[in-house]
Amino acid sequence: MAKTIAEINEKIKEGKAVVFNAEEIIDVAREKGIKRAAQEVDVVTTGTFGIMCSSGAYFNIGHAKPRFKLGGGRAYLNDVPAYTGLAAADLFLGANALPDDDPRNRVHPGEFTYGGGHVIEELVAGKDVRLVATAFGTDCYPRKKLETLLNIKDLNEAVLFNIRNAYQNYNVAVNCSDKTIYTYMGVLKAQLGNANYSSAGQLSPLFNDPYYKTIGIGTRIFLGGGTGFVAWQGTQHNPGVPRTEKGIPKEGAGTLAVIGDLKQMNARWLVGTSVLGYGCSLTVGIGVPIPVLSEEILEYTAVTDADILAPVVDYSDAFPNLKPDILGEVSYAELKSGKIKVKGKDVPTASRSSYPRALEIANLLKEWIQSGKFLLTEAVQPLPGAESAVKVKPLNERPIEY
Amino acid sequence: MAVTKRIVLRFPRRLVERPIIYRLVKDYDLEFNILKASITPEQEGLLVLELKGNQKEYDKGIDFLIKAGVQIQSLSQDVTRNEERCTSCGACVTVCPTGAFRVDPKTREVLFDNTKCIACGLCIPACPPRAMEVHF
Repeated sequence: MAKTIAEINEKIKEGKAVVFNAEEIIDVAREKGIKRAAQEVDVVTTGTFGIMCSSGAYFNIGHAKPRFKLGGGRAYLNDVPAYTGLAAADLFLGANALPDDDPRNRVHPGEFTYGGGHVIEELVAGKDVRLVATAFGTDCYPRKKLETLLNIKDLNEAVLFNIRNAYQNYNVAVNCSDKTIYTYMGVLKAQLGNANYSSAGQLSPLFNDPYYKTIGIGTRIFLGGGTGFVAWQGTQHNPGVPRTEKGIPKEGAGTLAVIGDLKQMNARWLVGTSVLGYGCSLTVGIGVPIPVLSEEILEYTAVTDADILAPVVDYSDAFPNLKPDILGEVSYAELKSGKIKVKGKDVPTASRSSYPRALEIANLLKEWIQSGKFLLTEAVQPLPGAESAVKVKPLNERPIEY
Repeated sequence: MAVTKRIVLRFPRRLVERPIIYRLVKDYDLEFNILKASITPEQEGLLVLELKGNQKEYDKGIDFLIKAGVQIQSLSQDVTRNEERCTSCGACVTVCPTGAFRVDPKTREVLFDNTKCIACGLCIPACPPRAMEVHF
């Protein structure tokens, strides 16, 4: 029955493609059986909407008259510093960037009300953003000071480029210490007061294609409300971790680097985010279509929350000290029940990523495909797989000799 | 009939030094529980109270406060959720000490029941998109 992406695209163009989201496909597979479902279904859509810190955007602002060189100077967008190590009119802004005068954690926990992620959200929403830049001046780029409002519609390019998104699985964070801690996984109350997790589970892109059989470099995706592409494997891509019998990684594994035109995105799907005591970030919406090319792929997309296990990690000790210890494994079905058992104690759970928004993304992508306006792409190159030598290494610190 | 209500009281500067709450207890037999207080001598004061007592006496007590010049707001309206910003992630659910947030088991939407809210403010900085707002 093997289908090809070209055949599926023909059906999409004719408006005949059969598409289900990654939640619906579970029941479809149960009712029809894997074989029949794989014959009848063309595409399964996935979605995730969570805080993705390694996100950012680059811009080309156009040349000023007289000319001004950002490269090697300093630049601020709404007081948030942007990276100026590029050419005269290019800037990169990271989601975690903070204004120089932000008090950070001087009074702990810091609130981090405004940073790079918020600037990206405001730009996407069409708001004017203040650029204040200084330069040293050259014969060909004489100006030393630039102050102007910028609007996304006037920029030559505004491109979202996130170097690590859509983590395939994630830790469940708890706190075994005697005081509340403020982490990127949220507020963690003392003595196992709560447990926070962050994945859309059965809806999440890489859980539905655990061995990266279809998702690869060049895959067209839903990104921030518009379309984007998988640019590369994400940083810290770590496909060789232990997996369940069905191939689901039991800890953080694959990641995606994604890219797309910021101008066609939407602030509903790129939300500036403040993490108490930790910093600023960006909440990103991503949806990946999975072409049902074989029974094997259909079987992967039918994964349920009960099949997916995540490690429980103590963020008061094991995490900060880079110790491998875990307190156990729990399934996303257990996490979503509202409580899990850790060290014999009932611990209430909360999610850091939004399941309703993940579902909305999967449904939007489904509509786009059904209406013929979103075609699938063949990966140009696969992501490094479970058998590859790609592995995350810790930092090997070496003393600097003077 | 007995009632329990949560209210926000704002004291103008001239009332800060007067024993207003004492009168509520003594004259109207109301039980009070202070949920939040910020009263600075010579400045404006703010008090979040839970008042318990007989409905008739409660009404009279409130009347007394209004006549004395205290501004009163019902507490349930004071912490609100900006629905546009809320993404239903769930970060607030275990932060709230009174269980005012609940996840709909079917849709996974986070529901906010502000009648359970005591306006402690813990959810406000803990919300990643900062959708919770407090209005005093």
